[in-house]
Amino acid sequence: MLYRENGQFKTSYLADQQIFPILQDRVVMALLLAVAFIAVPLLASDYFLRAILIPFLILSLAAVGLNVLVGYCGQISLGTGAFMAVGAYAAWNFGVRIPAMPLLLQIVLGGLCATAVGVVFGIPSLRIRGLYLAVATLAAQFFVDWAFLRIPYFTNYSPSGSVSVPPLEVFGVPLQSSAQRYLFVLAVVAVFTLAAKNLVRGAMGRQWMAIRDMDVAASVIGIRPMYAKLTAFAVSSFIVGVAGVLWGFIHLGAWEPLAFDLARSFQLLFMVIIGGLGSILGSFFGAAFIVLLPVLLSNIPRMFGLPLAVDTASHIEHMVFGALIVFFLIAEPHGLARLWSIAKEKLRIWPFPH
Amino acid sequence: MGFFLETLFGGLMSGMLYALIGLGFVLIFKASGVFNFAQGAMVLVAALSMARFSEWIPRWLGFDNPVLANVLAFIVSAALMVALARAVERLVLRHLVNQEATTLLMATLGISYFLDGAGQIAFGSSVYSINVGMPKDPALVLDKLFEGGLLLNLEDLTAAVIAALLVAALALFFQYTGTGRALRAVADDHQAAQSVGIPLNRIWVVVWSVAGLVALVAGVIWGSKFGVQFTLSTAALRALPVVILGGLTSIPGAILGGLIIGVGEKLSEVYLGPLVGGGIEIWFAYVLALGFLLFRPQGLFGEKIIDRV
Repeated sequence: MLYRENGQFKTSYLADQQIFPILQDRVVMALLLAVAFIAVPLLASDYFLRAILIPFLILSLAAVGLNVLVGYCGQISLGTGAFMAVGAYAAWNFGVRIPAMPLLLQIVLGGLCATAVGVVFGIPSLRIRGLYLAVATLAAQFFVDWAFLRIPYFTNYSPSGSVSVPPLEVFGVPLQSSAQRYLFVLAVVAVFTLAAKNLVRGAMGRQWMAIRDMDVAASVIGIRPMYAKLTAFAVSSFIVGVAGVLWGFIHLGAWEPLAFDLARSFQLLFMVIIGGLGSILGSFFGAAFIVLLPVLLSNIPRMFGLPLAVDTASHIEHMVFGALIVFFLIAEPHGLARLWSIAKEKLRIWPFPH
Repeated sequence: MGFFLETLFGGLMSGMLYALIGLGFVLIFKASGVFNFAQGAMVLVAALSMARFSEWIPRWLGFDNPVLANVLAFIVSAALMVALARAVERLVLRHLVNQEATTLLMATLGISYFLDGAGQIAFGSSVYSINVGMPKDPALVLDKLFEGGLLLNLEDLTAAVIAALLVAALALFFQYTGTGRALRAVADDHQAAQSVGIPLNRIWVVVWSVAGLVALVAGVIWGSKFGVQFTLSTAALRALPVVILGGLTSIPGAILGGLIIGVGEKLSEVYLGPLVGGGIEIWFAYVLALGFLLFRPQGLFGEKIIDRV
């Protein structure tokens, strides 16, 4: 009843090609942004911002980046954690070696370093595909893990191998309170999400999707596979690298290579697949699911007053997590984004479905 | 020279173990097109159950005979792996027929999380030992030929022989039994196999059971060598380059790939490692496999990938 597009006529191509062609969508989006930018920092508790919202936003951004590669270009990657690590360490190194460098420039440079590494490890995708490629990207993961652990230059010869970030500031405003950090992350995530959304709607995104659907057919109609695949790797690892900088600088503050290990890569791939392959919105759903699930799982036994040993609880968490993932894959293999679009379709004709 | 040969033999023997784990991947991939990331978790669960039951069974039944305890524990663990195979087929695979390879991959990752948790809840999460009476002493051979001779680890040698026997038995099983023939038919073409009356579901149970048994043997060998603990689960990651090197669909490929990776890893660690700071064996295997793949994208023995528009 509320969600109906009757009477909204498009009179130009521009109007027809907007991101949100339906008025109601635009209103909801504007409200959502207003809540996220104004209401949340005012109302949410410190713990909620720091432990849930900031990780959720950063991992969503990383999932958006991975989705460009896996969902839009069809190249499976198990090395996402490595690209996050490259972004974080590169930005940190720029900061240490050129102390005057502003945070935003550090973020962009970190992203660019991740891009370079991503493109190098993307080159095999021109020859190898499918599951072979998935395993080949593990090479990136293990190599990067090793490099940051064993090459002391990257950690500026710190004896323990862990690095920590000096106090952050943006345009002279220090990022200290959780609300400030949250707002900064939110702004970065919003900008990059918009950019990613526009890229996948444009010519480049169409090339990626053509390669994903069938690369031989795509090259027959004049799409260069090398250009398409390598741009997908580049864009994806740039976004993932930026997410890595945010993760290291804003969420963790101090970290060691373990923060970006293989488990992180798997976690991001879970987000993308549970959220929905080839959907920017789905990346956010997936990240919310994966971030919230462990929090819920660790709190449920406490709510019922069950005293559980810490390690038993973490094993049960593992079990439930695994079982839920299998359940979701069986129930909706196309991810939460598909459920959302089904719900919207139902809403359009509600309450008279015939 | 003696040192080089020792390293080489060490590599060949650990390569045999990689091949054993890789074999589990290949079996399942061939028959169901599932890239089974849970193989490592299966090794962990199998080894845990073997370690714990060989400790529990004598206590429950009140006897004190290590050989009998090991045999009983092995039987119980094997039964557990078969039950696991049935459960996976019934609860997961059956519902995911015709899904994309990535979805199936994720499902096996889910299974592996589940098994990691369940195994450690059921069997405990400390370090356990398996004692199946493998010889522990090193042996000197060929000391007539070289100065000082070769120092071989008998335990490794036994393990390699067991692995080789298992591989041979599997090859015979695949080649000469009715079930083996059916398995090969399913591996070639699901639909064609189904249309001549081969029950896919039963084949999947058989394949997952066989992979479970292979995991059990691998778990027992690794476990008796290094102790049973959570890190066993990551042993499977070490075996991944093996299967992509050899080709995901080829059993001889898994064996040869295992040997190449095993030798490559050991030689690189010994001769190349000190130059760059050590610890390179974990990624060297992957880079080696990647190098091979650039020239043969389907692996050494994989089926040629043909594109049709």
